[in-house]
Amino acid sequence: MPDATQKDQIIKLAVLAVGGQGGGVITDWIVDVAESNGWYAQSTSVPGVAQRTGATIYYVEMVPEGDGTPVLALMPAPGDVDIVLASELMEAGRAIQRGLVTPDRTTLISSTDRTLAVMEKVEPGSGIGDPEPILEAARIASKRFLGAGLDRLAARNGSIISASLFGALAGAGVLPFPRESFEKTVGAGGGKRAEASLRAFHAGFEAVQQASAEGAQGFGEEPEVPDAPVSDDQLTGPEEDLRAWSGFMERLELDFPSEAKAMLRAGLEKVVDYQDVDYGREYMERLKGLYGFDAANGGATKGYRFTVEAAKYVANAMTYDDVIRVADLKTRASRFQRVETEMGVGGAQVLQVTEFMHPRIEEVCGTMPAGLGRFIMNRPGLSGALDRIVNKGRHVRTDTVRWFLALYFVGGLRRIRRRTLRHQIEVAHLDEWLDLARETMTRDYDLGVEVLRCRRLIKGYSDTHVRGQSKFDRVLSALPDLSGRDDAAAWLHRLIEAALKDEKGEMLDGALKTIKTL
Amino acid sequence: MAERSFAKEVQQLRIGEGEEFRGEGILAVTKALLECGVGYVGGYQGAPISHLMDVLADAQDILGELGVHFEASASEATAAATLAASVHYPIRGAVTFKSTVGTNVASDALANLASGGVTGGALIIVGEDYGEGASIMQERSHAFAMKSQIWLLDPRPNLEMIVKSVREGFELSEVSNTPVMLELRIRSCHMHGRFTAQANQKPKMSLAEALENPKRDLNRIVLPPASFLHEKEKIEQRWPAAVKFIRERKLNEHFGPEVGKVGIVLQGGMYNSVMRALQRLGLADIRGNTDVPLYVLNVTYPLVDEEFLEFARTKDAVLVVEEGQPNHIEQAFGAMLHNAGVDTKLFGKDPFPMAGEYTGAVMLSAIRAFLRDQAGGLLSDKDRAPNEPEAPLVPDLSKAVPPRPPGFCTGCPERPIFAGLKLAQEELGEHHIAADIGCHLFSIMPPFNLGSSTMGYGLGPASASAFNVEAKKRPISVMGDGGFWHNGLNSGITNAVFNKHDGVILIVDNYYSAATGGQDIPSSRAVNRSRSTSHPITDAVRGVGAKWVRHIDRTYDVTKVRDTFREALTTAEKGPKIIVASSECMLNRQRRERPLLAKAIGEGKRSVKPRFGVDEDVCTGDHACMRLSGCPSLSVKRLDDPLRDDPVAAIDESCVACGNCGEVADAAVLCPSFYRADVIHNPGWWDRFVGRRRAGFRNWLQRRRDARRLAFGFKAA
Repeated sequence: MPDATQKDQIIKLAVLAVGGQGGGVITDWIVDVAESNGWYAQSTSVPGVAQRTGATIYYVEMVPEGDGTPVLALMPAPGDVDIVLASELMEAGRAIQRGLVTPDRTTLISSTDRTLAVMEKVEPGSGIGDPEPILEAARIASKRFLGAGLDRLAARNGSIISASLFGALAGAGVLPFPRESFEKTVGAGGGKRAEASLRAFHAGFEAVQQASAEGAQGFGEEPEVPDAPVSDDQLTGPEEDLRAWSGFMERLELDFPSEAKAMLRAGLEKVVDYQDVDYGREYMERLKGLYGFDAANGGATKGYRFTVEAAKYVANAMTYDDVIRVADLKTRASRFQRVETEMGVGGAQVLQVTEFMHPRIEEVCGTMPAGLGRFIMNRPGLSGALDRIVNKGRHVRTDTVRWFLALYFVGGLRRIRRRTLRHQIEVAHLDEWLDLARETMTRDYDLGVEVLRCRRLIKGYSDTHVRGQSKFDRVLSALPDLSGRDDAAAWLHRLIEAALKDEKGEMLDGALKTIKTL
Repeated sequence: MAERSFAKEVQQLRIGEGEEFRGEGILAVTKALLECGVGYVGGYQGAPISHLMDVLADAQDILGELGVHFEASASEATAAATLAASVHYPIRGAVTFKSTVGTNVASDALANLASGGVTGGALIIVGEDYGEGASIMQERSHAFAMKSQIWLLDPRPNLEMIVKSVREGFELSEVSNTPVMLELRIRSCHMHGRFTAQANQKPKMSLAEALENPKRDLNRIVLPPASFLHEKEKIEQRWPAAVKFIRERKLNEHFGPEVGKVGIVLQGGMYNSVMRALQRLGLADIRGNTDVPLYVLNVTYPLVDEEFLEFARTKDAVLVVEEGQPNHIEQAFGAMLHNAGVDTKLFGKDPFPMAGEYTGAVMLSAIRAFLRDQAGGLLSDKDRAPNEPEAPLVPDLSKAVPPRPPGFCTGCPERPIFAGLKLAQEELGEHHIAADIGCHLFSIMPPFNLGSSTMGYGLGPASASAFNVEAKKRPISVMGDGGFWHNGLNSGITNAVFNKHDGVILIVDNYYSAATGGQDIPSSRAVNRSRSTSHPITDAVRGVGAKWVRHIDRTYDVTKVRDTFREALTTAEKGPKIIVASSECMLNRQRRERPLLAKAIGEGKRSVKPRFGVDEDVCTGDHACMRLSGCPSLSVKRLDDPLRDDPVAAIDESCVACGNCGEVADAAVLCPSFYRADVIHNPGWWDRFVGRRRAGFRNWLQRRRDARRLAFGFKAA
């Protein structure tokens, strides 16, 4: 007669991982811990091609030693898993989706960090999945949910996720084995690697003990506008400029509504950083005008959204990405500092930096005085010939004297920027766009705000920039059809979202067709 | 050198009589082969038996001590043909490959082998790549066994049984003069378990002895009239001998009570899943006791009529658990019942689904349904009338969880090839692209979305051969170095040369059979003490008459890749345009180089450690680079900047500095955001001197400029 009570002795554990994350390592460790505690353990996996960065699953069953070989299953079944380990938040979601996490029995231990899937990265806009539904489902579907930033914990300790996740498993107290025995498994082999693994193990162990479901980081959300302006302590520069800056700050306080201050402060900083304080003054003037227009058209009841969005997108439009900007950014002290920090360069190492540039004649002419630039661009033969000289991939070492000096010089062309061809083109575009926004806003406030937001579509360099420009134009081409409709703003917003979905704007074209049929 | 080393694990192959073995399924199989006195082994890698090849390669010293010869066969056909050594000589041989794809390739040799029959035991170990995680079309090896009359073993999935099957398989093969196929399912291959070992044995006759005392027997050669005799022999002698052995040695097993209202007949490989379902229904325990009579087919071909009829006669209904389709076993049982006039009801594909893997959930629901209808008394009230407790409403995550198909690894040298091809197509329009089997097939998925068909390993160029006509566009076909040496040199290149094919053929050369785990092939460049390598693919294609051959010896040069494709697609020259793109598989390269670098840094030697980065203030967040990459180390991140709507590109520490990011940004004229940082560890005095001077110069200029404008200071990301 079968002894039905025995089946409850089996501990069933599934590991969901992304190929390359070391799912096999943690599985081997679990088997080792179980066996060293006198348990029988059987593990299985389906490696194959899924190991190449795809979603993978490993499965372990363990049971106290008894007579003969226990009959254990080779794959997890929905509703029949005690412990699920997920090395990535969306993989926890996948476990829930597959029914492996159930409220009557499953302890779900997951890293709340994200390893983004390809489809989340390729969208021209933001394709990052929202973690919130996963976290919510994890709380509902599991008996116990323990989430923590295990990937970052591992990285901080010079190890990989398998170690911190194994620590989390030990810390959760769901396996009847002592902590020391887990540590012995991780530390086996010794050496620096084992030491790092042990550190990550301990970090994971502690993390789940204080884990709460709120452990996830804020991926996927729009960035919060900082309430208080960043401290000016770090601000340095000529006396005159510093005085001008504090003048800006005073005017910001006096002349603008509180809703727009934070964005204006951020915009102003970007504009001044891009060019000079005069450019900041220009920005303030523009915004003052727009704010006046906003107030006159009932902006007060709308939270001055027109001013807020203008503060953001005018700043972005004024700081268009040109060769001068790139050269300036690449040669800054702050940039070298950042690279050193990111690469972990200390006093004992020497850093060399190679840039990947590919200028075209368009960029070169854009940096020339408008007349000369236009002269060349209007002559296809000439610009073509020059392009053949210029248009080349240039891999240059900006840590060296020669190329640093070259880029430093180009960055210094800031002084003539206002006279360049590119500046003329950008200013004309900016004026035209703002006129359209103002004009639209007088008829439909919300629609005017969306016209401002269209600026989000213009980004990138060369072809990507041209494509963005074309999307911008295509989205705004719907304006005549939408004007007068109650839901015009919502439609324009939808068009912007659609334009950000794919590279060529195929989704946008579909949406535009739909609008034609409205 | 394979991706995974079993150098430590193979030491277990030496353990002796009575000692306990603990480890993976494939290692257990190897041990069993040695215990059986096998004389030679061969095979071709492919999941789930790739590691079996790796184990054998790593165990060559041990094999050598026992006088066992190991061949890394060129293809499954080669492997199967190797078994010819067991036709005349009493030498046991074993080969292994992935099934059904490998069995397809091997079937010519297998059919010949099965026709003439064998003297020494011949074992074909097939890794059945079926169900979740499988990478091939979903078919059964069972049909091959039936059509060629090869006996098929499908043991219960635990190491003791698998090892026992190897031992019995050789014996069965020898008593019935028939090759035997041992089917290992995907999970059994990677299962960790244990068994009690026996002593290793040297082969009874060595290959050298056979060579020195050659034998021939005209009756064993497949040519009329012998081939007609073979067919008769199969039916009159070999089959009855096999059935007798299976019955006498009790290869098939019975569990549970002898009598019962109902019974279950199952493939051995399904045993654990069936038992788990019965455990969950309260009808079995974990030590193998059950209330339901079970008849376990550890041999699924040939079936033993008497055994089955004996089992079925005393039951009202019998359930056949047979995964995959067509349901050959169930059909055979139906015929047996009909012919014997037994009216036991037979169930199988209803309640089981006709297609698809028998997962835990499928098994539970089908067995529960069968028992409820045919033997309701066995079930508890809950299972008889399941009244599922109200589960709390878990939100639907189907939209929230992004799919995560496999893709190119970090730093993969194939990524820039497809980036270059994508760029070439942006100029010249979309083309018909015939893809092939191998890592390069990931090109069909985002972000590249290139390739429209696969026709089998190494058959990429062959599958474009119909498009050998005048047209405004040329066909493009792809194959890997693995497929090339497997058969593609002949089926693809020679065929294209001979037929004056005017298409473009890309050969992706990553120095290994990479998708299967990095096994060496003829064009591998690593030193391999037991194989002859470093045979360039370009020499091979020129050798068969190809004229337009371009070699790209660093695939990361995206501009060159794009330009080479452009040239191949537009040149006036007729005939096949062959592009060989070579760079080492990054997984293998890193496994070799990373420890060396770490060691060198640790020892205080001057070492350069490169990595890529993104200037986040230069990046505009348009993600054009992602659409030409998909690299796991290149991701996006949100900046703490209210002016930014979209996340910007970011590269994490896993970057191996392959260079694709920078090259793509250059070739596609994307943006200047990428940079490569070379960090010199343990710099020499000259490095330090130059570094200090350069830094001093930069700092002087930077201070100069910062003094003339407002500087907002360094903000960490």
